[in-house]
This record gives sequence, structure tokens and C-alpha cells, in this order.
Amino acid sequence: MNEIVPVVDMNNISIEFPGVKALDGVSLRLFQGEVHALMGENGAGKSTLIKALTGVYAIDGGTITVMGVQHSFSTPAEAQAARISTVYQEVNLCPNLSVEENILLGREPRRRGGIHWREVRRKAKDVLEQLQLGHIDPGSILSSHSIAIQQLVAIARSVQVDAKVLILDEPTSSLDSDEVQQLFTVIRTLRDRGVAILFVSHFLEQVYDISDRMTVLRNGKLVGEFMTRDLPRMGLISKMIGKEMDALAELEEAESRREPDRSERVPFVQAENLGRKGSVQDVTVAIHAGEILGLAGLLGSGRTETARLLFGADRADQGQLRIGGTARTLRTPRSAIDQGVAFSSENRKEEGLISDLSVRDNLVLAMQASKGWLRRVPGHTQDQLAEKFIRALDIRPANKDALIQNLSGGNQQKVLLARWLITNPKLLILDEPTRGIDIGAKTQIQKLISSLASDGMSIIFISAELEEVLRLSDHIAILKDRRMVADIPNDGVTMEDVMTIIAGSNA
Amino acid sequence: MNALLKHRLTWPVLALVLLLVLNQLFRSDFLSVRVQDGHLYGSLIDILRNGAPTILIALGMTLVIASRGIDLSVGAVAAIAGAVSCTYIYNSPDPTSLRTAAIGVSIAVVAGLALGLWNGFLVAVIGIQPIIATLVLMTAGRGLAQLVTDGQIISVSNDPYQAIGAGFFLGLPISILIAVAAFAVAGLLTRRTALGTLIEAVGINPVASRLAGLNARTITWTVYVFSGLCAAIAGLMISSNVTAADANNAGLYIEMDAILAVVIGGTSLAGGRYSLVGTLVGALIIQTLTTTVYTLGIPPEVTLVFKALVVIIVCLLQSSKARTLLGKRKRPLTEQAEVKVAV
Ligand SMILES: Nc1ncnc2c1ncn2[C@@H]1O[C@H](COP(=O)(O)OP(=O)(O)OP(=O)(O)O)[C@@H](O)[C@H]1O
Ligand SMILES: [Mg+2]
Repeated sequence: MNEIVPVVDMNNISIEFPGVKALDGVSLRLFQGEVHALMGENGAGKSTLIKALTGVYAIDGGTITVMGVQHSFSTPAEAQAARISTVYQEVNLCPNLSVEENILLGREPRRRGGIHWREVRRKAKDVLEQLQLGHIDPGSILSSHSIAIQQLVAIARSVQVDAKVLILDEPTSSLDSDEVQQLFTVIRTLRDRGVAILFVSHFLEQVYDISDRMTVLRNGKLVGEFMTRDLPRMGLISKMIGKEMDALAELEEAESRREPDRSERVPFVQAENLGRKGSVQDVTVAIHAGEILGLAGLLGSGRTETARLLFGADRADQGQLRIGGTARTLRTPRSAIDQGVAFSSENRKEEGLISDLSVRDNLVLAMQASKGWLRRVPGHTQDQLAEKFIRALDIRPANKDALIQNLSGGNQQKVLLARWLITNPKLLILDEPTRGIDIGAKTQIQKLISSLASDGMSIIFISAELEEVLRLSDHIAILKDRRMVADIPNDGVTMEDVMTIIAGSNA
Repeated sequence: MNALLKHRLTWPVLALVLLLVLNQLFRSDFLSVRVQDGHLYGSLIDILRNGAPTILIALGMTLVIASRGIDLSVGAVAAIAGAVSCTYIYNSPDPTSLRTAAIGVSIAVVAGLALGLWNGFLVAVIGIQPIIATLVLMTAGRGLAQLVTDGQIISVSNDPYQAIGAGFFLGLPISILIAVAAFAVAGLLTRRTALGTLIEAVGINPVASRLAGLNARTITWTVYVFSGLCAAIAGLMISSNVTAADANNAGLYIEMDAILAVVIGGTSLAGGRYSLVGTLVGALIIQTLTTTVYTLGIPPEVTLVFKALVVIIVCLLQSSKARTLLGKRKRPLTEQAEVKVAV
């Protein structure tokens, strides 16, 4: 295989940001017809390496050779012209355009000077069907879809071009296992057609399922290049974190925590047939203090919508909601927060980050909002809180003044989680809190969730990873077709049980 | 040195200094300030005095723009403020007294606040795009002012009233003292409280701000009311300076000058991070430009072109993209204040 010339050869790449050496002499080779996994902890430099290749960042050292020609792309458009197609970690499509416009943006088929709309529709449909996404209406507005669908549209866009190199930076972070399998089918087809594919994911099963070879980074440095079949999981983990730690075993370790106190007469939150036209219906749940409720369901089943109703992000127009025993109508998130409810959205970029502000400002935002603008959280308190949570969640770089937009995806996610932990809510609604978080940190966050519940916090937990939901939750609410169809106690519920309920219920 | 070059105020300040030097070259007494009757006199003082209304309006505009909005109605609000106060003074039984002036000023201030409330209502409650919402008042406001003045230019002669725009205190023009005080108050109010950060948060990401529990409505309302207040005081200065209310021409195009001042000062029209000091420098540049036009004897026909040229140059210097083309290539995203050329 070494005889073959790599399609992409990045050699000794260095990139420095003010105060951070993001990449230090990293090399990466991509061969025709292989799936190559780029591995590393949050902040290891994976996304930066990809952006170096595609011309988003200028490199400070090293060379990039694409198909035998030395290149230095200075804009992503140039990389695209060289047939490198990229899906970046944060979906960067146009939310107010339609799905088909997004898929073909910038390369719309033309006829007599204008856009040939019928052809646009046909091509968009083609690629959606290829990804088994025929159910998505190409004419619908992108922002009307969940983040998972948006991610799939971004993938469709990248697959639609006839690329030599396809780069996918955490494409599966919000997908269910079915969509992952569909995506993998497409990836395999493309690979067999000779496309070189670079794949980033924090899910080891996926990496072992799809990749042929991997490159491991740690703290901006190259650890090495390995054949996937030669590197066992434990070996990979210790290469990523740089020490022999049994993260996987830790992950398996059963969390033992105090039984939630259900003797408490009234549940903290009680919803009865709560619903909203066009959103989700029949939400009936009761969550006691210290209880973890998991929401399970397929993509588009209404999990996020349920969370938004309970947080007042969308206003319910059916049913009743009682918080702390009193009937409440939540008109805005503010009114929910005042009752002690917090909600961390799955959509980090659009609904979480205040990109141009510092890590500290982002951390204290919810607390500050609760106090109102007149009572500013004193500077030293802000600093203390920021430092405390940067340490507690191991946010890197450990710099409270860094702009949050300069943090890696996983570290941004930790900041957003901390934003709500600071407010010490009574009910914490977590929509995909571990999205994009590396496996070490994931264990840590799962433990944190358990211990918060032990301390009496109620938690609603949503994750595309059903195992994670089953492991953490005390009871599980199952949604199907935007209706809640069951609420079962978690006494050894298995994935099959849940799937049977989803398949069996006729909502 | 490098840090200094990158600081977002470096270029505007440099432009201001250059403009002043240019003037000095053409008129050797330009930079000199002399004392006459215990008052300071000179071109620099004139720039400050004539620039006070623009400075004030730009101040209000900065916060509006930081919140992702824009306020086109400030010129009209200034005209209305001048109109109501002068009309009141003109019609009062005692048109020269301090009491009358005080009441006239109060009416104007209340009018400015009310008009700001109206703008805030359209933007924050009804949800109309700021540019359209304030366009309503921009066009209707002049008509309103004419209704108040009955289509006349209302001249008043009231010494206390005249002092607002033309008077001196401790040797300095009162108008500039008012503007500086407003800046200080706004600076303290936004940076000592959380208001500044919250305005920026709403401007950067309104959706995320709402989900974090921010009451975006109150904040939006606050900035428009503040802008209305600034515009009203500016309107008082303008009418007081000429001792008359001119519904048609008072504060004409001042919204454009104010927006330019904000942009030159390094606040992006896309909202978010703002700099009050930057705006101050920007407004001074705009006013100095106007003065320069006279100093250089530039014919009135090309005045606007000349102004536009200088503005374009300053904006280009601030744009990281333009600097990239001029000099060493820099990475995107590391640049904090990317200013879009908005002329
Ligand atoms: N524009 C930037 N300015 C300053 N620092 C940056 C910038 N972009 C990335 N960094 C820093 O570079 C390092 C690598 O970040 P990168 O986004 O490549 O990590 P990653 O491996 O993709 O992590 P994750 O798994 O969390 O997505 C981090 O320390 C990050 O804070
Ligand atoms: Mg990344």
C-alpha cells in the first residue's frame, strides 16, 4: 500500500493561535478508497487539521500535497474546486433556505442564465434518496428541521458533489443508530468508488465499524498512524489520553446511586397531556426530586419538542403542567427558569453559544439573566465561578477570557453545561449533553449527572445513544411520531424492549 | 507594537490625528485655542461644540446597533424635540424665563422617551425589523414636527434655552459638557451593571439569549428609549444653537452621520461587541471632516464625495480582509472585530 501515492499528504503541519499551539508538526495521509479515522480528545486539534487542509486556516509550517501537487488553499472554495468536500463540525448551512437550495447552493444547475429549479429538485431528491432520506421534503425550510436532519442535509450536500476526498467532522454526533447505519452504507459505497474519506467521531464502535486506518492526535501533536485492525480499543484510548487509563471499563462500571425519594408527596414536575399543535402531543410525565427521566424515541419523534414545552421555549396549548405542585403556564423560558427549570439545547451554535463573548461571560450568562441587568454578578465572583467550573469539567484551554468561539466543539459543550450547573436548578433538562464530547469526558459527565440526581436534582435526559439513556435513567418515556406512547420504570429495560414498544404502539 | 496595530481603535484615532494635521497645514491657527471673555475659542472647540449633537445621537445609536438593531428615526426625533420645546416657549406667557425653558426642555425629553418607547414597541413587541420600524418614525416624524410648528420656523429668544447649544460653562461649551456627561453615564450604566454584556449577548445571538433566560424584550426596549432620549437632547442642542425650531432641516441626515460614527468606531452593524470610546472617536472624525471641507475650501458639490472617501478609507483599514490583501495574510476567526464596509 505504501507504493501508492496518497491522495492527500499533509506533512509536518503546524498552526499557532495567539497563546495556543493548536497543531505541532502533525502529518496525515489519505489514500484512495479508504476510510481514515482522525482520533483524539476534545481540543486535540482534529477540526483544526481539517480546516488547515480545506483552506479555512493558513498553516504556519508544513506542506500539503493533494494528488501529487503541492497546494495551499487560501479559501474553502479553492479546496472544493480541488474536489475536497467537507462537512464541518458545526452545521454551516443557511437556515432560512430550503433543503434543496442548501444541498446545491453555489452549484445550482442553470438554464438560460437562470437557475433550473426543476433540475435542482431532481438532483436534491436523488441524493436524499441515496441516503435513504426520501421522507425529507426538499422544498421545506432547513430551520424547520431538527439538528440531526440538518446534519444529514449537510452530509447530503457533501455527497452530492463528485468528490475525490470527503471529510466528515463528527457527522454522527446527533444521529440515531439507524441513521448512522444509513450513512455508513453511503460511505462504503463511496469508498468502493475510490473516494478517500476522513472521518471524525468520538464513538469508538463507529470508528471500528467503518475505518480502515486511523491517525491519533494528542494535544496538537501526532501520536501515530495505525491500521484499525491492529490497534485494540484499549490501546487506542491510552494513545488518545496519553496514559493507561481504563476509561472503557469505567464506562461499563455500574453507577450506584441513591434511590430517588418518591415518598415525597408531589412530584416536582407533573405534566398531563401537555401538547402543542404541530409540535408534540400527549406528554404525560411525573418527575420527583432526584429522579432521572430518559426520553427515548427515533429521530423526529418529538424528544426535543417535549423538552422545549417543559421549558417554555415553545408555549403549550393543550394539557396541564404543575411545577412544585402548582399549576403553571410557561410563556417564556424566563418563567420556567424562575421555577427552577433549566434547559441545555442540542443546538450548540444556534441556541447556546454567544460566540463573540468570553468563556466567563458565557458561563455566567444564565445566572446573570436571572439576577437581571441591574445586579451584575461581581467580577471576582464571575472569575471564581469560571475557574471552578473550568477545573471541574476540565475545560481546555483553561482560560476564562478566551472567546468561546475559539474553543473546540467538545469544550464549548462543557461550557454550556456549566452555564446551567451554576444556576443550581431543580430540574435540569439535558438535550444531547454529551454531543461531541470525548469518551473520557463523557464518563465524567454521566457520573456528574448521577451525582446531581443523588443530591436531589431532577433530570430529563435526552440522547441519540439509547444505551446512555438506559444506563442513566430511573424511568423512560417513549415517544413516537410526536406523541408520548409510554412511560416505563427502568428495571433492567433493554434496547430491544424499547424498540418493541416503539414498533408495537400505534400512535 | 503588533498589538497596538491590531487594536481596533488604532486606525480611527490615527485618521483623526491625520485630519487635524491636514487642517493645520492649510490653516496655521487651526490647532490653537485661545481664551476670550473667559471662554475657550478655536476650531477645535468649534468641532466639539458642533459635533455634540452627532456625538450624542451616535452614543444612543451604538447601543441600538450592538443589540442588532438600527434607529433611523433619530433625526426626526431631534426635530420633534426642538419643535415641541420651541413651540412651548414661543407660546408661553413668559417666553424668556428659566422656568419656561425648563418646562420646554422637559416636554422635549418626555417626547424623546415616548418616541423611543414607540420604536421599542414596534421592534420588541410587534417584532418588526428595526430598519423598517424606525423608518416609520423617520418619515412620519418630520410631518409630526411640522404639525407642532404649524409649518413655520419658530424662533425663540430665551437666554437659558440658548445656553444649551451655544452657552459656556467653566470656559467650555455646555453642549459638549452634556455630551461628555451622557457618555460617562452610559459607560458606567452599561459596564458597571450587566446591561452592556446583556445587550451584546442579545445582539450576537438572540435565540440563545432567550433560552438562557434573558429578557430580550426589556433590553431592546431600553436601548431604543435611550436612543430616543439622546436624540431629543441633541434636538434641543440644535434648536438652541440657532434659537429656532426648523421642522424640515433640524437634524437632517444626522442618522447617517451617527451610523457612520458607530461603524468607524469599530462596532459591527451585525450587532454584538461595541465600543463607546470608538464611537466618540468616530463622531469626532465625522465632525472634523465637515470642518475640513470648509478649511480646505472644497466646493459644496464634492463635499459628500470627499466625506465618503475618507469614511471608506477608515473602514477599509479596519476590515481584516482588506488588511489581508494589503499585507500579511491573517487567519479568519482570530480577528475579533471584523468591520463590514457600510457606505
Ligand atoms: N480560531 C481559534 N483561535 C484560537 N484557538 C483555537 C481556534 N480554533 C481552535 N483553537 C484551539 O485549538 C485547539 C484544537 O481545537 P480543535 O477544534 O481542532 O479540537 P478538536 O480536536 O476538533 O476537538 P473536539 O473533539 O472538541 O471537536 C483547542 O485548544 C482550541 O481551543
Ligand atoms: Mg472538533
